[in-house]
Amino acid sequence: MTRLPVPGRDLEPERPGLYQKIEQLNWGLIALLIVIASIGCATLYSAGRGAWEPWALQQMIRFAVGLLLVFVIALVDIRVLLACAYPAYAVTLILIIAVEFVGETGMGARRWIDFGVLQVQPSELMKIVLVLVLARHFHGMTHERIGRPEELVLPLVLVLVPVILIFRQPDLGTAAMILLGCGVMFFLAGVRLWKFALVLLMMVASVPIVWSMLDTYQKNRILTFVNPESDLLGTGYHIMQSKIALGSGGLFGKGFLQGSQSHLNFLPEKQTDFAFTMFAEEFGLVGALFLLMLFMLVVAYGLAIGLRASSQFARLLALGAGVTVFLYVFVNVAMVTELIPVVGAPLPLISYGGTAMLTFLIAIGFMVSAHVHRDVQIGRDTMAGF
Amino acid sequence: MARGSDQDLQRILTRRALVLGGAQLVLAGVLGVRLHYLQITEGARYRTLSEKNQFNVELLPAARGRIFDRQGRPLATNRENFRIIVIAEQTGDLAATLQRLHRLIPLPEYEIERIMHDASEKRGFVPIQVVENLTREDIARVAVQTPSLPGIRLETGHSRHYPFAASAVHVTGYVAPVWPSEQTGDPTLELPGFRIGKSGIEKSYDIDMRGESGRRQIEVNAVGRTIRKLPGVAGAPGRDVILTVDAELQEQVSIRLERGQSRPIPADSREARRALSAVRAPDLGVAGTRGLVNLDHTGAVAVPESGAAIVMDIYRGDILALASTPGFDPNAFNKGLTPRDWDRVLANPRSPMSNKAIAGRYAPGSTFKPMVCLAALADGVAPDERVYCPGHMELGDGLFHCWNRHGHGWVDMFDALEQSCDVYFYEMAKRLDIDRIAEMARRFGFGEELGIELPGERNGLVPSEEWKLANTGEGWQEGETVISAIGQGYLLATPLQMVTMMARLANRGRAVVPNLTRDPSESGGRFRNLGIPYEHLSIVMEGLHRAVNGRRATGGVLRSPRYGFEIAGKTGSVQVRRITREERLRGTVANEDRPWHERDHALFVGVAPADQPLYAAAVVVEHGGSGGRMAAPIAGDILAETIRHNFGGHPPTVPLPVISRRDGRPT
Repeated sequence: MTRLPVPGRDLEPERPGLYQKIEQLNWGLIALLIVIASIGCATLYSAGRGAWEPWALQQMIRFAVGLLLVFVIALVDIRVLLACAYPAYAVTLILIIAVEFVGETGMGARRWIDFGVLQVQPSELMKIVLVLVLARHFHGMTHERIGRPEELVLPLVLVLVPVILIFRQPDLGTAAMILLGCGVMFFLAGVRLWKFALVLLMMVASVPIVWSMLDTYQKNRILTFVNPESDLLGTGYHIMQSKIALGSGGLFGKGFLQGSQSHLNFLPEKQTDFAFTMFAEEFGLVGALFLLMLFMLVVAYGLAIGLRASSQFARLLALGAGVTVFLYVFVNVAMVTELIPVVGAPLPLISYGGTAMLTFLIAIGFMVSAHVHRDVQIGRDTMAGF
Repeated sequence: MARGSDQDLQRILTRRALVLGGAQLVLAGVLGVRLHYLQITEGARYRTLSEKNQFNVELLPAARGRIFDRQGRPLATNRENFRIIVIAEQTGDLAATLQRLHRLIPLPEYEIERIMHDASEKRGFVPIQVVENLTREDIARVAVQTPSLPGIRLETGHSRHYPFAASAVHVTGYVAPVWPSEQTGDPTLELPGFRIGKSGIEKSYDIDMRGESGRRQIEVNAVGRTIRKLPGVAGAPGRDVILTVDAELQEQVSIRLERGQSRPIPADSREARRALSAVRAPDLGVAGTRGLVNLDHTGAVAVPESGAAIVMDIYRGDILALASTPGFDPNAFNKGLTPRDWDRVLANPRSPMSNKAIAGRYAPGSTFKPMVCLAALADGVAPDERVYCPGHMELGDGLFHCWNRHGHGWVDMFDALEQSCDVYFYEMAKRLDIDRIAEMARRFGFGEELGIELPGERNGLVPSEEWKLANTGEGWQEGETVISAIGQGYLLATPLQMVTMMARLANRGRAVVPNLTRDPSESGGRFRNLGIPYEHLSIVMEGLHRAVNGRRATGGVLRSPRYGFEIAGKTGSVQVRRITREERLRGTVANEDRPWHERDHALFVGVAPADQPLYAAAVVVEHGGSGGRMAAPIAGDILAETIRHNFGGHPPTVPLPVISRRDGRPT
């Protein structure tokens, strides 16, 4: 691609070579990642009743492969990421639409596409792809343009099309998480605050309409959230058991492989959405806070990298990736501790599941890339080369 | 581009990013506080819930759907089943507990080993089944001793019972515990002692018959004792399956097939007792059925014949009986087969586990000749055209023998079917080609699965020039057409296909398909027309009538008036090995003088009554020798029993709708 020199500055430093880039890799962040993934494998080992099969080993292999992807994303020129934004969005959107037709049904919703060796949940991938697309989009906009309401139509369409499709799957949790994450992206990009207030008002007004579009099971989950004791055998059972397992863990937990609630199968989906519960049952408050802290450190890395980067694209990319990580962690932990309804959201690296891990690792890749390319200047409108 | 704007953006972003970071920190703090509240503040309460009173959801497996015959007689039912399970971690010393239990209820050594092995692999609180099918007395004996048997629990479940045992096993199939590879994640399948269908109707209707498990929440205390059971969600019982089979006829067919040519005598007679005492392995199924023992011509106890027999309603396709012998007792899987029993079943050369009626593949032999006749008639051969049979036919370098070395002289199509003259069919084969014969055979159901509601049906094989080229890489030889014309060579058919062929011949050429589960909404007779001219079918049926009732009929043993009705049908005796030239010169060895596995297969297909056919039967006796002497009498007796039962099978009084082959709609 061609780049216009930025007036008033020295010519850009030379493009960093691969070796320099490797030196520039954010090894602290990667070490953090490996620690979290190890904890995840240990949790799944315990969930498998002290066995590598069926979950822990598979998760480890997936992580190893995913880690390579982190390096690839981090080491290619960040402008390649920029150029890939719209194509990646298009592909993911097509996959989401394809789910409607060829998707596998799980838990009453069509979410997965089976590619033979791996099952992909495109709605999960959309979380991070939207971060990329919005970073790309807002990178090309001046402060003045962002101020104009009509300029927000395109990004809103970009967000709402997949959100509506995912909502119809129906996957309420993922749709809401994407909406939240993208809201934060708009916020960071500099959209005026009064517009957020307006949208919030509109959303409150549309609650009755949305409610009428919900499936019975989704309504149940919300109703159960309000009063979990009402349905002890059905949806309330998950939360009730999660709280008992968590709470009985106490300060130091019951010890590795000793989580009686989880192992006695009181706890449903202990290897997926409720993996954190199981971890907290076995390692107690100390373990739970430690894991939470590790995740928050990842978020902090995203913040620090974002603030340091010199292009708007890299800033938005790193901060958006951090938001994605945060939302994953917050929604999952809040869900299993009954702060929010059970929406069926995994905790990446801890829960057994490929797509959430993939999404998470792509987010980390974006952070590291923004770090490696922190001094790279990217012109606003000069995409001709790609 | 405005640099000021960039700086504005960066300034806004930095400010907002810091706000965001602060918000995230607060929210993370909320999570921390929440965790602290649950794990510390409320920790004691949850610990109590967890340790003292645990809630668990108990799955209540639904009663498995039953299997009934056409008259409502049960073929598979559920019985109350008392069993004992053990929770290893509550026993203190598992081995000692099992020893104490052993004094009350004898446990075989290998069972104790299995339990110890399971316990070492599973976690301590996972229940392990110790023994089941206990009597009420056993249960009472254990119940009074429970204080000294920690970790031992008594449970009531259901076990499957098959009143007709081995004689219907290849229809009903059997249920057995779930193998690890069959686990789907459905928690019901993980219940100790849960069983799923492994073969037969039990397998093909397994999901329907399982029903929906109910769920109930139970509260258990620290030692695992149930404190109270809360009302739960009722499941749905499994669906009952009603079969077209008649249980009584099924049993008779099975017994008759096993008997073969042997002679039944009362088991308490002196002759029977003497014969039985000479048997060294009384477990080969010779103990006799219904107080009878079968003796062979030497006066020794006869080994049950290995084979298959099927009776079918030729208009509706209802299977009235489907037997494959020897069978095995499906109830044995409930009692728990010992490894020795199991090995013996597997090692039996007469393969009791395989359903020969649908999965056995045999050369159809002479029973295939009607297909060649129809192909010849379609080619314009006149039925009264005569062919000279000198006892063999030369073709190229090859010499093809008739079964009758002396030859049949001049024979027309009727004579050829009556005497099963091979040379006549060799001659027809020379005029036709394999593809025309194969096409006719496929119309009658050969070479394809007929879709009966049983797992494991085979499709047999109808060779064609294309098939041979694709599978052997060699071109088709004319001699192969010649041996195909007498139902040998590459041709393979299941007994189910043979009976279907017979039914389609006798029902005026309707593509009837066999069915085992009666569907009342489906009216009988709506099968498409095969497009065979009526007079061709009449000619072949006349030939098959003569093949039983003619003066020189190969099936003459059934000649009228042996029963109160006439039978039309065709015998078949199929070589299982090639007869070498030297052997032929030496003179062939009689079947009875050959080792069992080298004897010919004996076949018979037929319908009755011949003047107005209602039922078709096919009988295959593996290594039974001659079709006329072994298979035909069995088929005759089976058809006689079928007619005596009078299933109200009548040819449709309304003319059958003629359904054109192309679009499947009535014309």
